[in-house]
Amino acid sequence: MSEETIAVAMSGGVDSSTAAALLCASSERVVGLTMQLWNQRRLPQLAPDGPVAHRCCSLDDVYDARRVAEHLGFPFYVVNFERQFEDSVVAPFVSDYLSGRTPLPCARCNTSVKFEDLIRLARQVGARRLATGHYARARRNEQTGRWELLRARDSGKDQSYFLFGLTQSQLAGAEFPLGEMTKPEVRAAARAAGLPIAEKPESQEICFVPSGDYAGFIEAYLAEQGTGAGTSGEIVSSDGRVLGRHRGLHRYTIGQRRGLGLAAGRPLYVVGIDTGSNRLVVGEDAELSSDSCEVREVNWIPWESPAGAVEAEVKIRYRHPSARAVVEPAGPGRARVRFESPQRAITPGQAAVFYQEERVLGGGWIA
Amino acid sequence: MRGIYFDHNATTPVDAEVLRAMLPFLSDTYGNASSIHSFGQEARAAVEKAREEVARLVGARPAEIVFTSGGTESDNLAILGIVRGARGERKHVITSAIEHHAVLHTCQALEAEGVEVTYLPVSAAGVIDPAALRNALRAHTVLITVMMANNELGTIQPIEEIGRIAAEADVWLHTDAVQAAGKLPIDVTRLGVDLLSLSGHKLYAPKGVGALYVRSGARLARQSFGGHHERDRRPGTENVPGIVALGRAAELARGHLADEPLRLGALRDRFERGVLDRIGSTRVNGAAAPRVPNTANITFSFVEGESLVIALDLKGLACSTGAACSAGAIEPSHVLTAIGLPPHDAHASLRFSLGRANTADDVDAALALLPPTVAHLRELSPLAPKPVAIP
Repeated sequence: MSEETIAVAMSGGVDSSTAAALLCASSERVVGLTMQLWNQRRLPQLAPDGPVAHRCCSLDDVYDARRVAEHLGFPFYVVNFERQFEDSVVAPFVSDYLSGRTPLPCARCNTSVKFEDLIRLARQVGARRLATGHYARARRNEQTGRWELLRARDSGKDQSYFLFGLTQSQLAGAEFPLGEMTKPEVRAAARAAGLPIAEKPESQEICFVPSGDYAGFIEAYLAEQGTGAGTSGEIVSSDGRVLGRHRGLHRYTIGQRRGLGLAAGRPLYVVGIDTGSNRLVVGEDAELSSDSCEVREVNWIPWESPAGAVEAEVKIRYRHPSARAVVEPAGPGRARVRFESPQRAITPGQAAVFYQEERVLGGGWIA
Repeated sequence: MRGIYFDHNATTPVDAEVLRAMLPFLSDTYGNASSIHSFGQEARAAVEKAREEVARLVGARPAEIVFTSGGTESDNLAILGIVRGARGERKHVITSAIEHHAVLHTCQALEAEGVEVTYLPVSAAGVIDPAALRNALRAHTVLITVMMANNELGTIQPIEEIGRIAAEADVWLHTDAVQAAGKLPIDVTRLGVDLLSLSGHKLYAPKGVGALYVRSGARLARQSFGGHHERDRRPGTENVPGIVALGRAAELARGHLADEPLRLGALRDRFERGVLDRIGSTRVNGAAAPRVPNTANITFSFVEGESLVIALDLKGLACSTGAACSAGAIEPSHVLTAIGLPPHDAHASLRFSLGRANTADDVDAALALLPPTVAHLRELSPLAPKPVAIP
């Protein structure tokens, strides 16, 4: 066994399956790992009438991952990280919503579970690195000796936004076989490898929230924990006039227009979520714009921390073009982002990720 | 690379002689044992011969053996059949906290029907206390169900003593003997049990066949409906090849009882001693109790059991983190919890269960693999105390 062993995180989808196939083709010794993250028997009130399918940890997805491993001929294991996932991802997801933030669970999962618990397990069972199906690239900068994170070659699929929190040791252990490929190329590679899941549709949802009903999930989760979700309260304009009633603050996000139930004669948007007074603040489009934000738990990638203010292109949502800004370090783990022009709906709980061309400089959580 | 198989409590390979005995019933001798014609008669004769062999393994009469699809069905049929068949408004069942889920979940289903259930705790050694069982008896207790040997620890329960208590109290006694058969002599009369479950695939027969001993005179309510097979106790066309296999496996097991348990016990002890000598912070669970000879349950402190099972499998040693059925569950093993292991130790415990094909070479190979694997895991474990430099 002189060749190096690499573990692959397999979801049962096309991307991670193809990543596994590419590694097999490059004749590395591959071990497939699927994380069991959420017990689908919990929160039965959320289950659709039919059998549970196409969700994270659904038996179908585990079955697909296992079929791919069998097809490619490498050992495969399902590993249980339900407790870690609940502690590091699900509970913060719920508490973020209850605090008026709009969380980004996939990024939390990457930093706290996938590249933490799973990569440790991979190393424990003899692998040097963990490969995933992310569209991103990592490389070591020989001059600085540091690992760098780069956007994927396919800018339409780039997922580096979700990886901004990876530390140097996490990046050193990560492998992104799809970083140089486009989605059509990945599909073609899946077909060429004869993968049984080559035509499987893409999943877009938050994996543990069935059918995208995150409000229903939060309510069911809190009911299971023996506490209630937020109750109805007032909808007010930014100058304090009561305009209507909301259905619990966890049901709203900054910039939201639909589902407010207001007849104002002009478009109104959520501009603030005030959990202290249980009030939802609405206003006109212009009130959504801001030219700066504060960012916490900042992770810098090319440096331990920058020497001073950094010019960057900053992304404040996954599906959002990046905007020119200056990022000023503001004490340990903190930064202030000043945009060249005002940005719409900067949302607490989302990530602000700093780029310079294809390099990810770092990022943090919008306060 | 086939590797070393130390997971015989999960399942055993089909013995070559068992396979040879059953094969004709998958091809030439295909009759339905209920048919009148000669094809059927051949099958019937084979089924009844198998029934005699299974009866002989446990000291029963052939008419008291019901063939089933396996241990789980046998447990379900015994417990549901006796309790639902019992008269009275109030019914009470006594079981233990370390039963297999086939028993525990059946008891929980009965609770949903209004039946009262007592789950007896076990000692740190993994054995129930007969005095506690006696104290748990109520006027309306209808059934005691306690396993003969535990699947995770191998600990043997005092069934004979429980049998005397059950007889005095006039309560039916069921025992799940799936992990005991072939490893211990079993005599239902001496033990005083009224119902006893067996599984084929733990006994070198194939999966999908099992048996339930039901003492004649026991009122067993039917749990599935169809024809009059198995004396009206279990409908469905007999699984003739499986039953023939179970019969042959029972015959072989009886033949092996004189020497195989001794051989396995010596191998298991060599394995346990080797682990304790070579790896620090290890402990054998259930060692203070009488155990079946093939089972070793070992806590490797500061190790994540799931990682250790995978790492060992990749190096060619198959073992398990407890009951195969609980793999993938978030809870630590209910058995290890019941003997008082804190969650981190329960998660750090592995079960090694030896079988007929294992040799001293297998044990030595496993003992060579384990120390470096455990050391590597401890190095990477967030649970392990870091070595302190001595100035």
